[in-house]
Amino acid sequence: MSAKFEPIIGRYMHLDLSGRAHRLYVEEAGAGTSLLCLHTAGADGRQYRGLMNDPRITRNHRVIAFDMPRHGKSSPPSGWHDEEYQLTSLQYTAMILAVIDALALEKPIVMGCSIGGRIALHLALEHPERFRAIIGLQAGAHVDPYYDLNFLHRPDVHGGEVAAAIVSGLVGPDAPESEKWETLWHYMQGGPGVFKGDLYFYKIDGDIRARVAEIDTNRCPLFLLSGEYDYSCTPEETLAVANSIPGCEATIMKGLGHFPMSENPGEFLKHLLPVLEKIGGR
Amino acid sequence: MIEALQERVNGDASLVRRGRYLTTTFLLEIGTTAWLITIHEGRIVSVTKGPFVMPSSTFALRTSGEEWDRFCEQRPPPGSNDVMALIKRRVLKAEGDLQVFMANLRYFKDALAKLRRDGVAA
Repeated sequence: MSAKFEPIIGRYMHLDLSGRAHRLYVEEAGAGTSLLCLHTAGADGRQYRGLMNDPRITRNHRVIAFDMPRHGKSSPPSGWHDEEYQLTSLQYTAMILAVIDALALEKPIVMGCSIGGRIALHLALEHPERFRAIIGLQAGAHVDPYYDLNFLHRPDVHGGEVAAAIVSGLVGPDAPESEKWETLWHYMQGGPGVFKGDLYFYKIDGDIRARVAEIDTNRCPLFLLSGEYDYSCTPEETLAVANSIPGCEATIMKGLGHFPMSENPGEFLKHLLPVLEKIGGR
Repeated sequence: MIEALQERVNGDASLVRRGRYLTTTFLLEIGTTAWLITIHEGRIVSVTKGPFVMPSSTFALRTSGEEWDRFCEQRPPPGSNDVMALIKRRVLKAEGDLQVFMANLRYFKDALAKLRRDGVAA
């Protein structure tokens, strides 16, 4: 069998985030309207490989995904080895806006999943003018911790194994085996304490319940898509957010779980393509 | 039915291999019935049904008969498809020294999923 290359191109970008030098890995494919994709906690931009390889998306979208610092191929900042990593809403927002500026993206669509879906709500509230549209996948306003997060980072529990085992049930039952295990592999590869540090934002710092109803969809359209089998951000939680924001459109995706773009890209695209078409028509 | 765990787990060479550093006894309680399940280096050596006078175990998993039945369906509904989903809904309690449970979480999830009606891991 002859070798085949995907159309995805990856590069390393140097930029300052919150006053510190960073080296970030950025991937992209396609041309047209910029679609900036944000990965879930403890994973990386490979979750969007299905989108970047699908001509139905890339023929009129420039799909971009960056690995957050400490994730995938992005390095932690110098000094990381003596710090406890805790992602905050402030840092996360600043990081996304800095990447948009560095890539000179003019009003991109932003789409984020899980923690990326949560920060999408923050962006919709605080920076709607920066985006053509915002798509939140598995986006809820808050999630209560449902296990002791300390198990994610201690020497007598393998961080990668436990992270994957915790999230494995969040994959929907119809996911192809290869995509399910690719998704879990990303979790198994996470650096020590990174998933836990991301969840600081997801479960503690990023709670947006008190303000979510202030999102104005006249300033930026907001679409929420959530998988039926997600028990971390349940369909009910997504619908509660959607019902509190006039003009927000929500879709519950049957049979899908917490990682729609990664666990089952084929099924996910059936839901995403009509949304992108709608955004394109505006 | 819980007794079937021994044959199903021990018959899965890959699962036994993943559990090769796991030796423990845990308690599974479904409704008012309890079982003590003893594992040695990944193989289940005994499944003993209660009642017990003084059961000793590293940790215990406790849920209701109703929740367990839904978990065991061939295609469990959302919220019943995973041990962590039951924990999130506060309908399964994990108690005791949970380091053993969490350090071997994939093993325990795959083992318990063998009690589903088709006996296949989730």
